[in-house]
Amino acid sequence: MSTARSHPLNTAAAHAALIIYTLIALFPVFVIVVNSFKARKAIFREPLALPDAESFSLIGYQTVMKQGDFFGYFQNSMIVTVVALFFILLFGAMAAFALAEYRFKGNTLMGLYLALGIMIPIRIGTVAILQMMVATGLVNTLWALILVYTAQGLPLAVFILSEFMRQVSDDLKNAGRIDGLSEYAIFFRLVLPLVRPAMATVAVFNMIPIWNDLWFPLILAPAEEVKTLTLGSQVFIGQFVTDWNAVLSALSLAILPVMVLYVIFSRQLIRGITSGAVK
Amino acid sequence: MTETSLKLDRVSKAFGTVKVLHDIDLDVQKGEFVVFVGPSGCGKSTLLRVIAGLEDATSGTVEIAGQRVNTVPPAKRGIAMVFQSYALYPHLNVADNMTLGLKQEGASKSMITERLAEAVRILNLDPYLIRRPAELSGGQRQRVAIGRAIVRQPQLFLFDEPLSNLDAALRMNTRIEIAQLHRTLGTTMIYVTHDQTEAMTLADRIVVLRDGRVEQVGSPMELYNNPANRFVAGFLGAPAMNFLTPPDDAPDGAELGIRPEDLRLDPEGALQGTVTHVERLGGDTNIVVQTRPEEMATIRVFGQHPARVGDTVGLAYDPAKSFLFAPDGRRLR
Ligand SMILES: Nc1ncnc2c1ncn2[C@@H]1O[C@H](COP(=O)(O)OP(=O)(O)O)[C@@H](O)[C@H]1O
Ligand SMILES: [Mg+2]
Repeated sequence: MSTARSHPLNTAAAHAALIIYTLIALFPVFVIVVNSFKARKAIFREPLALPDAESFSLIGYQTVMKQGDFFGYFQNSMIVTVVALFFILLFGAMAAFALAEYRFKGNTLMGLYLALGIMIPIRIGTVAILQMMVATGLVNTLWALILVYTAQGLPLAVFILSEFMRQVSDDLKNAGRIDGLSEYAIFFRLVLPLVRPAMATVAVFNMIPIWNDLWFPLILAPAEEVKTLTLGSQVFIGQFVTDWNAVLSALSLAILPVMVLYVIFSRQLIRGITSGAVK
Repeated sequence: MTETSLKLDRVSKAFGTVKVLHDIDLDVQKGEFVVFVGPSGCGKSTLLRVIAGLEDATSGTVEIAGQRVNTVPPAKRGIAMVFQSYALYPHLNVADNMTLGLKQEGASKSMITERLAEAVRILNLDPYLIRRPAELSGGQRQRVAIGRAIVRQPQLFLFDEPLSNLDAALRMNTRIEIAQLHRTLGTTMIYVTHDQTEAMTLADRIVVLRDGRVEQVGSPMELYNNPANRFVAGFLGAPAMNFLTPPDDAPDGAELGIRPEDLRLDPEGALQGTVTHVERLGGDTNIVVQTRPEEMATIRVFGQHPARVGDTVGLAYDPAKSFLFAPDGRRLR
């Protein structure tokens, strides 16, 4: 069958476009990973060459391991990202359920208020946030970052999830009520499993900015024992000399956990983006 | 003495300022099969949800088996409900779908097994027990939904357009099954539909609703033979009743109602017209005749008939089998 969509030429063109896009997107990652395995001179002499017997070096990784508490940074980033994601998904889904499911005064207004954060960048409030953290004694704790990232992620989460939750059939929830499920059971056991693709989408969209953020770790938690990976890697970038081996090695390592999380969420994510609807 | 299974006393429901149900009164006897029928959007589902406790009545009282249940949650009202969209739990298999309600009630294992086996036997669901809803056809899903209701052994079954998503052949089979189920179980059933055939064939009593008001309550034949107003007369019966210009002695603006089977072809008849369409169903034939520029009459003839489009025909009727409606819909005769 050669319909317009499945014509071999069209398919080939589509694949060519996708392959080119993939190459462009992956190129910087490729350069970083390749060069992290090379000696300093080789990095600058031939940035695009693969490491060979002569230029291969693990010096960057050795520096990273020696310098500072790299695994500690790693752990901090992981804790902040995972806990913040958990809170975003939990509270975002709960608020979304309330907005989608219950008729109460000010429902629409509340929805708008919660969605406002999508348009206003949270960094505008940095000074106030810092004052609050100082007042509550949370400066230099991971909680400071977790709270800020949760606040940052909630608006979009509420917005996306409530849209999906409105599509979950009323009959299904009513069947649960007749079968004696509590509102919590309906939320956790009927609705959440049905919006899992949307949850994965929200998780991935939030994960990367949190993992990569430098701003809030620098301001709210710069102390050695709560440094995140992104902030920890900055020690290799000096005003006068930059240890490129170490920077590239640290970046290569930082990619790994994001990839792991992405693989966990990706199947759901693709369903979330392509289906766009809950049956 | 008969027991009252469901009693509605001046039940009203408003969404915000929009009134959807207006002072509904109804008594349903134990074991009765009552059908709510009316056009889409007339408030049938809302009324059913008020009975189930899924919506609160704005005013009025709902009694189930003599108990006022206005503040009782759905699960404790002794009801079970079957939905148009089946509403099976997608992540549970058939057996778990059917037994979730009992588990929530804290029923014993042996009781759950027993009730499940009983429902499975009645509905022939044996081959499907460990399948997920996604692996079932529409008809099978609806049987599981009915099974889920049976398992709870409710005092009152509520059906909300359970056949609307099925194809025509399956609809008829399932309709017969529901009627048999009612005979077997003898439980009170409330059934909502917009389809007058379902209403006529299933009901002990029909409640005709329009715009949130009860238009008439009665057995199918009572409503058919003795409609209270033009709406009920036009809603029940297929093809629908003909509304024609009455003879000259009728009051101003009145309409003459005659059922298609009460008209007969007769060259000397009181009405004359041209055949504009013929529907041949094999068992009977519907002939549409234009009797006036803006007026069509449908005649139902038993068996097959040679009438052709363009033929000039005469129509006769027995005045005793005709109705007269005032312009506001009231029945005059
Ligand atoms: N949750 C709701 N909020 C506002 N209006 C509603 C709601 N549910 C139903 N309605 C309105 O009530 C009327 C009756 O609806 P419904 O009972 O579903 O009709 P039916 O089942 O007879 O087709 C409709 O006009 C509908 O728009
Ligand atoms: Mg309805």
